[in-house]
Amino acid sequence: MSHSDPRGAPIHLDNLTITYQRHPAVHHVTGSFEAGSLTAIIGPNGAGKSTLIKALTGTMAASEGRIDRAGMSPSRYGYLPQAAEVDRSFPLSVFDTVAMGDWHRLGVFGGMKRQDVARALDALDKVGLTGFEQRRISELSSGQFQRVLFARLLLQDAPVILLDEPFNAIDERTTRDLLTLIRHWHEHGRTVIAVLHDMSQVRQCFPQTLLMAREAIAWGPTDEVLQHHNLRRANMMEESWRADAHTCALHEEEQA
Amino acid sequence: MSLPSMIYDATLAPFVDFGFMRRALVACMALGLGSGPVGVLLMLRRMSLVGDAMSHAVLPGAAVGFLVAGLSLPAMGLGGLIVGLAVALLSGLVSRTTAVREDASFASFYLTSLAAGVLIVSLKGSSVDLLHVLFGTILAIDQNALYLIAGISSLTLVLLALIYRPLVMECFDPGFLRAVGGRGHLYHVLFLLLVVLNLVAGFQSLGTLMAVGLMMLPAVAARFWAVSLPGMMFSAMLVAFMAGIIGLNISFHTGVASGPTIVLSASGIYLLSFLFGRLGIVRQRLSRPHLAG
Repeated sequence: MSHSDPRGAPIHLDNLTITYQRHPAVHHVTGSFEAGSLTAIIGPNGAGKSTLIKALTGTMAASEGRIDRAGMSPSRYGYLPQAAEVDRSFPLSVFDTVAMGDWHRLGVFGGMKRQDVARALDALDKVGLTGFEQRRISELSSGQFQRVLFARLLLQDAPVILLDEPFNAIDERTTRDLLTLIRHWHEHGRTVIAVLHDMSQVRQCFPQTLLMAREAIAWGPTDEVLQHHNLRRANMMEESWRADAHTCALHEEEQA
Repeated sequence: MSLPSMIYDATLAPFVDFGFMRRALVACMALGLGSGPVGVLLMLRRMSLVGDAMSHAVLPGAAVGFLVAGLSLPAMGLGGLIVGLAVALLSGLVSRTTAVREDASFASFYLTSLAAGVLIVSLKGSSVDLLHVLFGTILAIDQNALYLIAGISSLTLVLLALIYRPLVMECFDPGFLRAVGGRGHLYHVLFLLLVVLNLVAGFQSLGTLMAVGLMMLPAVAARFWAVSLPGMMFSAMLVAFMAGIIGLNISFHTGVASGPTIVLSASGIYLLSFLFGRLGIVRQRLSRPHLAG
């Protein structure tokens, strides 16, 4: 299931600011996710991590600044949404769910050919769900369902992969298996960006980290970012943040 | 009189002997073909009450059509379609741009629409006209109305087949569809168009207040019989057919109003499905899956 050119593309953020219902959610973030890098985005709840991921997918517009995707369309990115955003009670089979990953090849009207079916079955095999093809997704455990969504990502075969809290409420074995897949993507040169909460997981598996609290507190090698003073600053920033703020403090400082 | 002839008289004779009963039955079946699948998708999108609100929202448009052309289904249908779509889009706009949730904005718009519609009809028509608009006259359906209903049902099935894949993705995982560039809002709007069209098709037969009955009750009943989406859609169509046949027969033999009887028949099938359906409560209680194998 290898993409003809799986090498990831870089993503440059230039003064990126995103507002949600006219309130700031991500503020003046500048920096780069290098091609082929493996980056964790961490920060307190409400720090703007998921908002940033949605902006990277192109589904939230920047109110200021820009995202440079080096010429690649965000629709070619692989994306794993948060579990809460997916309706697991929907009457779909495991196979049909995985087949959604073929959207960029099939579009609205395209039919699955024999090799497409084979690729979907291969993806299911890679996440350890061979034999589950006709099961309803509502019958799966949280861990099995997350494996299905990873199989969909495998089928997307994207050079850039965005994961929004991929290991929430997932058992240890599934987390280990899915982390192996992420490492595999990284080794093949794909750019992988994941929103995470588990610090030890980040230290062990993610060479790069972006620490956020509405703005980038620190961004770089994980060991340097996860310093005590950075984490403390992130927590303080988040606690003192006014969600109803309508003006940008940085602008005010610059104007003063 | 022999038993077979009694059964024939009770079930088939009204449709064989009377043209208006045949037209009513065909209207019910055509409504079920379109409304069944649309109702299943409404239910799965957790928009069941939105469908109810929309059925009320078409009233002022239908009322304006009535003012202009009297009890003409094309005129009332066109008015209902325009106002129903406007309400659907405005409600979506309000919920997207403010903190008001979509169900609350639908409630505000539909109450306004219902009041405006009743007022408009009462300005010109009699209380009998108002009853026609609110509760329908399925036994008075003519050939033109039948063509309109059949046309809407056919359009519904064709459009659903064309947008089935992105519509399912939009229901199941809207964030993913947006991320892969699938234009989820377009399919949402097309789906709302189908909802309004089917409600317009239903209001001549069942009235604006009960048009949603043949859309939602078969859909909810279908949930007790099928586990796959195509299975649910097919089951919802069958339930709507059965509700039409049973309701029209009861109405014919007892002389009660046909629209409410058809909807109550669908309610009866829903109750039976809840109790004895493949996924109903009785089967669940009787089966002991932990002892299987």
